Amino acid sequence: MSVLAVPGTAAPPPAPPSSDEHRRSRVPYLLLFPGLAWLAVFFVVPMAVLGSQSLQEGSIEDGYTLTWHWQTYTDALSQYWTQFLRAFWYAALATVFALLISYPLAYTIAFKSGRWRNVWLVLVIAPFFTSFLIRTIAWKTILADNGVVAEVMRGLGLLSWTDDRLLSTGPAVVAGLTYNFLPFMTLPIYAALERMDRRVVEAAHDLYASPFTAFRKVTVPLSMPGVVAGTLLTFIPAAGDYINQRLLGSSQNNVIGSVIDTEFIRVGDYPTAAALSFVLMISIVSLVVVYVRRAGTEELV
Amino acid sequence: MAGKRNGEAGAGADMRLSEVTKRFGGFVAVDTLNLTVPRGSFFALLGPSGCGKTTTLRMVAGLERPTSGTIHLGDEDVTLRRPHQRPVNTVFQSYALFPHLDIGENIAFGLRRRGVPRQEVRAQVADMLRLVQLDGMERRRPAQLSGGQQQRVALARAIVNRPQVLLLDEPLGALDLKLRRQMQLELKRIQTEVGLTFVHVTHDQEEAMTMADTIAVMNDGRIEQVGTPGELYDSPASTFVANFLGQSNLIRGSVARADGDMVLLDVHGVRVAMPAARSRASAGDAYVGVRPEKIRLMLADADATSNGENEVTGVVTDVSFVGVSTQYLVRTPWGQELTVFAQNIGVDDRARTGDDVRLRWAPVHTFALDADEPIDAGADVGEPSAAAAYPPS
Repeated sequence: MSVLAVPGTAAPPPAPPSSDEHRRSRVPYLLLFPGLAWLAVFFVVPMAVLGSQSLQEGSIEDGYTLTWHWQTYTDALSQYWTQFLRAFWYAALATVFALLISYPLAYTIAFKSGRWRNVWLVLVIAPFFTSFLIRTIAWKTILADNGVVAEVMRGLGLLSWTDDRLLSTGPAVVAGLTYNFLPFMTLPIYAALERMDRRVVEAAHDLYASPFTAFRKVTVPLSMPGVVAGTLLTFIPAAGDYINQRLLGSSQNNVIGSVIDTEFIRVGDYPTAAALSFVLMISIVSLVVVYVRRAGTEELV
Repeated sequence: MAGKRNGEAGAGADMRLSEVTKRFGGFVAVDTLNLTVPRGSFFALLGPSGCGKTTTLRMVAGLERPTSGTIHLGDEDVTLRRPHQRPVNTVFQSYALFPHLDIGENIAFGLRRRGVPRQEVRAQVADMLRLVQLDGMERRRPAQLSGGQQQRVALARAIVNRPQVLLLDEPLGALDLKLRRQMQLELKRIQTEVGLTFVHVTHDQEEAMTMADTIAVMNDGRIEQVGTPGELYDSPASTFVANFLGQSNLIRGSVARADGDMVLLDVHGVRVAMPAARSRASAGDAYVGVRPEKIRLMLADADATSNGENEVTGVVTDVSFVGVSTQYLVRTPWGQELTVFAQNIGVDDRARTGDDVRLRWAPVHTFALDADEPIDAGADVGEPSAAAAYPPS
């Protein structure tokens, strides 16, 4: 906002010859103000508080003092690195499964669904009409020990490695994550495919590309922006998610989100919780930066 | 397909369409079409929007399957072959360049699909860039090029494969007039240089006439007439061709006498003579046609001997000066308005509105058409916009 403080504009606008120009230069800042204020109050300030908290020592009863105690970070990491890795591993698996399910789905909706297209799209979005929590609790029933899914898998001997259980296992958590974030993968891919110029695919066929080659060399590259957006929208929240782990997993497969929740709310070890939050955020941001660089989306049209 | 590659001039084969019909639901887009395109020729399919020309092209490319009939390239029946299995390439109206690949890779696409060795791909892409005068643009993306440059990339991407037939679907439709003229000459030059069979679809009669060796005029899914530009222009076979290719004055009359080489027609009491070979009607009613620029216009009190020319009289109703020529509208005694284009040769010798004039033209410039056709077929049909032709309806 300091730009507004140039001499002559601080006062209520009398009308010097250039007042119109001044007003115009002020408009973007006025429009940005609510967003910036929101960001400042609910993001920048909490980040600073969190950062400072992670470097404090003390207890809830005695209060905390900022001591720049960096050791909290190393301690927290050495204690919880498995939960970190598990969270990223689950998120990665869920992202891959969501992609494998979403691409054919989005392709079908975009190119083959004809007049049923809108029905399909509504079906993709329909789960949002029910709360995230309720849907995840429903999966508890679906994957329950005496449920059909578990029975069948047990019968096929697929559960011999998890004490014949499906619920409370890693696969159950990944299934929940995949299900919950599926629309976030499907919709961007659909959007990318839908706005693609189909004549380009015809051109590929005309230039001796078989249907599969045309798909690989033309359709897939042109849908990459959607794939990148979808994987980010799935991976980022899935890495921090702990509802699926809480409801579908067990204490044997805790993820980092769950640990942070426990440290903050049950244990009350604020510095450790804050340090873990920071590390989680920074690792997600770094992974995303590396991924976007590698995917090279800026080269795509 | 690599075995068919052949860089010699005149490479390729005749393309034959036999009894080809294409229906979309109840709509007949192409109606029992028969067409032979000799190899090495520059062939134009000319017709108004929705006449089935693009559908015909897409059937040759394999992007549509004919409802019935066969398509042959040389001795091979390619009717049911998938597009990627045909030795045919297309320059699309929208160019359809691959936006995610640079110019070099766009041109190399077909070669790579056919497994041409890398070294050779590089060499051929470089050759093509030179041919279409885009040297040094290899690493650019299609979006970074102008319309004319994109058009040339689309052309290079197709020609580099040396197809037996190159299909061009309104390739100049998206360009402005000046660039279009330039690209017309360019296309013609390239065709002569590489010697491939070009089949060019267009709704622009001028474009078809300047570029093509042979033109097939299409209307309503059927071929109206096939011939060289000169033949079509001088002896149109139908009112549609007469009106669609340039302008024509068509006057209703009837055959009075056919003796030997000449036919005499009665046109509202005036005798009009023409060579029998130029008449499509041998008895009964007929349309007598003459092109506006073939008519000499003179004032009624001038020289009265007609030297065997056909003559009608009339009154000038409108004069518009268009620089190289003057365009007159002349009302005949039976109330029809005829158009006359007169070269501006003399100085201030133009007739004025209201003048009584004689219109004369040579019998060899006269043609006669079947009177059963609508007189204004093809008169005011054109393409509203280049984009309207897709998808073919």
